Amino acid sequence: MDALEWARWQFGITTVYHFLFVPITIGLAFLVAGFQTAWVRAEKRGDPYAVRWLKLTKFYGKLFLINFAMGVVTGIVQEFQFGMNWSAYSRFVGDIFGAPLAIEALLAFFLESTFLGLWIFGWDKLPRKIHLACIWIAAFGTALSAYFILAANSFMQNPVGFKLNPDTGRAELTDFGAVLTNKVTLVTFPHTLAGCFLTGGALVAGVALWHVMRDKPGTDADKRAYRSALKVGGWTALVATAALFITGDTQGKIMTEVQPMKMAAAEALYETQQPAPFSLFTIGTLDGSEPIYSIEIPGLLSFLGTGSFDGQVQGINDLQAEYEQKYGPGSYTPIIPVTYWTFRLMITFGALAGLVALWALWATRRGRTPKTKWLRWAGLSLPLLPLAANSVGWIFTEMGRQPWIVFSQLKTAQGVSPSVGTSEVITSLTVFTLLYGVLAVVEIGLLLKYAKAGVPDVTPPPEKPEQTDQPLAFAY
Amino acid sequence: MELTTVWFILIAILWTGYFVLEGFDFGVGMLLPVLGRAHGDKALAERRRRVLINTIGPIWDGNEVWVITAGGATFAAFPEWYATMFSAFYLPLLLILVALIVRGVAFEYRGTRDDPKWRRRWDACIVIGSAVPAFLWGVAFGNIVHGLKIRPQPLPNGPLEYVGSFWDLLNPYSVLAGATTLLLFLTHGAIFLTLKTSGDVRDHARSVASKVGLLAAVLAVAFFAFTFSYRATAASIVLSVAAVAAFAASLLLIRVRRGQRPGTRKEGWAFAGTAACIALTVISLFVALWPNVFPSSLLPEWSLTAQNASSTPYTLKIMTWVAVVFTPLVLLYQGWTYWVFRKRIGVEHIPDGAH
Repeated sequence: MDALEWARWQFGITTVYHFLFVPITIGLAFLVAGFQTAWVRAEKRGDPYAVRWLKLTKFYGKLFLINFAMGVVTGIVQEFQFGMNWSAYSRFVGDIFGAPLAIEALLAFFLESTFLGLWIFGWDKLPRKIHLACIWIAAFGTALSAYFILAANSFMQNPVGFKLNPDTGRAELTDFGAVLTNKVTLVTFPHTLAGCFLTGGALVAGVALWHVMRDKPGTDADKRAYRSALKVGGWTALVATAALFITGDTQGKIMTEVQPMKMAAAEALYETQQPAPFSLFTIGTLDGSEPIYSIEIPGLLSFLGTGSFDGQVQGINDLQAEYEQKYGPGSYTPIIPVTYWTFRLMITFGALAGLVALWALWATRRGRTPKTKWLRWAGLSLPLLPLAANSVGWIFTEMGRQPWIVFSQLKTAQGVSPSVGTSEVITSLTVFTLLYGVLAVVEIGLLLKYAKAGVPDVTPPPEKPEQTDQPLAFAY
Repeated sequence: MELTTVWFILIAILWTGYFVLEGFDFGVGMLLPVLGRAHGDKALAERRRRVLINTIGPIWDGNEVWVITAGGATFAAFPEWYATMFSAFYLPLLLILVALIVRGVAFEYRGTRDDPKWRRRWDACIVIGSAVPAFLWGVAFGNIVHGLKIRPQPLPNGPLEYVGSFWDLLNPYSVLAGATTLLLFLTHGAIFLTLKTSGDVRDHARSVASKVGLLAAVLAVAFFAFTFSYRATAASIVLSVAAVAAFAASLLLIRVRRGQRPGTRKEGWAFAGTAACIALTVISLFVALWPNVFPSSLLPEWSLTAQNASSTPYTLKIMTWVAVVFTPLVLLYQGWTYWVFRKRIGVEHIPDGAH
C-alpha cells in the first residue's frame, strides 16, 4: 500500500470515529434543551413533579458533555487533515470548499463552545431564562455547523457554482449561493439532522427503558423522570425514523440524477433496467455474474430512483462505458459489495431503531412495566443501532463517490499530498487509531457509569444569580 | 486596500487572538504541577488544582476555536498557503493534534471519577497537552519566518511544495522560537492566575510569574535579535521593541504593591502587558513576513505570497463580508463570557466531590 491508501484509511477511520459523537451531540443538545425548557415551564405552573425535568436535564446533560468533549477534539483533526493529507485536493477546491469551513468555525463553533461554557458553569451565575437560552443557542450552533459542513461535502458529490480555470487547473467559485443551496445539501441536511435526532432520541429512550425495566426502588420523581424520558426519546426516535425514510427517498431520486453510478452501485445493478427491481438480499459475489440467491421487489428501485414504478434506472456497465467516453479510460465503478451492503445495512439499522422505539413505547404504555427479556436486549441495542446506521450511511455516501474525490472533477488519487511520505502517514494513522481506541474505552466506561448511576439528586438553582460568596455550582 | 492584504491582516488577527487567549490557558495548564502543590497536604493540593483548572474551565474551548477559525480562514482565503503549510508541518501538527485531543478530554473527564490515580493521569495529559502546542506553535512560526525548503513540484510551474524533512523543521532558531512562546505563555498564564485566583494560589502565581518572566524576557530578546538577522523591516523592529517593553512593564507591575489592602495590585495591567507583548510579537512577525506568507529558503521567487497563494477576488469578497459581520459578534459574546465569569476563585469556592 502507498501513502494514498494509508491516507484514505486514515480519513475513513478518523471521520467515522468523529461521526459517532457528532449525531449524539446534535440530537442530545436539542433534547437536553427541551428537558430544561420543560423544567422551567413546569416550575412556573407549579407542577409538584417539576423537578423530574431538572433531573433529566442534568442526567442527560452529563452524558451529552462526556460525548461533546470527544466530538470537539476529534473535529479539529478533520479540519487539519484536508491540508495535511489532501493538499492537492485542498489546492483544487480551496476557493470553494474553504469558505463553508471557515464560516462553520466563525458562525457555529464559536457559538457552540462559548454558550456551552456558559451553560455548564453558569447555573448560579445567570438568570434562569438566559441560562436556558444558552443551551438553545449551543444546540442551534451544532445544527448550523452541520449545514455548512454538509454544504462543503455536497460540493464533492455534486459540484455546482464554480468554473474550472484552465490556466491554474483549479476550481473557482462563481456563485456562492448555488453552493449553499446545492440540491444535494438541501436534502442531505434534513436527512442528517433526522439521523441525529434518531440517535439522540434512541439514546435517551434506551437508557430510560433500562431504568424503567430495572424498576429499582427510587423516589416518585425519579420514576416519573424515566417514564417522561422514555416517552420523549421514543417519540423523537419514531418521528425521526419517519423523517429519515421521507428524506432518504428524496435523496435517492437526487442521487439517481446527479450520481447515477452511486445508485447503480447501491443496488449492484449491472444492466440498465426498466422497470428496475430493488434487491433486498443477495448471496453471491455481486460481480455481475448470476447471484446464487437473491430476493427482489419488482419495480421498487425504479420508484426509489425516479418516482415511477416503471422508470428506467441505468446500470453500472452502461455508466462505466459512458464515463470512459467522457473522462477517459479507467474504472469509474465503486467497490460494489461495500456500496451494496452499506446501503442495505443503513436502512436496516435505522428501521430497527424505529421499531424498537415503537415496541418500547407500546410495552410501557399507561404505566406498564414490561418484564420480557427480549425487550431488555432490544433496549440495550437501541442507542447503538442509529450509530451503526450513521456510520454505514456515510461509508456508503463517500465510498459510492469513488474513484472521485470531487465527482466528475478530481479523482481521489489526484488529491493526496505529494510531499507527505508513506512512513509519515503510517505514523499518524497508527497514532490516531491507538489514541482513538484508548479514548473509546474511556468514553464508553464513563457513559456506562453515568447511565447506570441514574438521575442525580438535584437542588434547583436560584431564580436569580447569587450575589453572595458561595462555592461554585459547578466546577471541574 | 486589496482584499489579499485585508485577508493577510485578518489571518494575523486570528493568530494573534489565538495566542493571546489560548496562551494563558496553555500557561495555566502547564502550571498545574507547580501551583497545584500544598506541601504534602493532598486534599488541599487537589483543591488548588481545581482552582487552577476552573479559572479557565468555561473559556478554554472558546479560546481554542480561534485556531480552528484561523485554519479554516487560511483554507478559504489562501488555499495554496493552507495546503503547503499543513502538509509541510505534518508531524508537528500531528503532535499538536494529539496534545489538543488529550488536553480537551482531560478537562472534561478528570473530575468524573473520584480516584486520585485517574486524576493524576488526566493532570499529566493537561500538562503535556498544554506544553507541547505551546512549544510547537513557536517552532512552526519560527520556521515560517526563517523560510522553508519550498519549490515548485514538478519544476518549473508545479504547485509550491515543501521538499524538506521533519528534521529540517528543528533548527536552533525554530527551537528558540518554541522555547520563547512556551515561556511567554507560562508567564502569561501565571499572571492570568494572579488576576483570577485568591489566597495562597494568587501569591504563589505572582512569584512564579516574576521568576519565569525574567527567563522569558531573556529568551524573547534573543529571539527577536535572531529574527532581525533573517527578516526585518523598520516597522517589525519597532513592534518587537514594543513587545519587549510591554513584557518588561508587565513584570514590573506584577511586583508593584500600593497599600496593604488586597485588590490594590496592578494585576489587570500586568495581564494587559503580557497580552500586548504576545499580540505585538505575532504582529511583528507578520509585518516582517509581508508580502510573503510561507517563504522559500531555496529561492525567493518560490515563496508563497499573499498574492500567489490567495483565493479568487469573488471568494475573498464573500469571506470579507462574513468576517466583517460576524467577528464583532463573536468578540461581543466571548467578551460577555469573560464578564460573567469575572470573579476570583479560591479554594473555598471549590465544591466537594466529583461531578
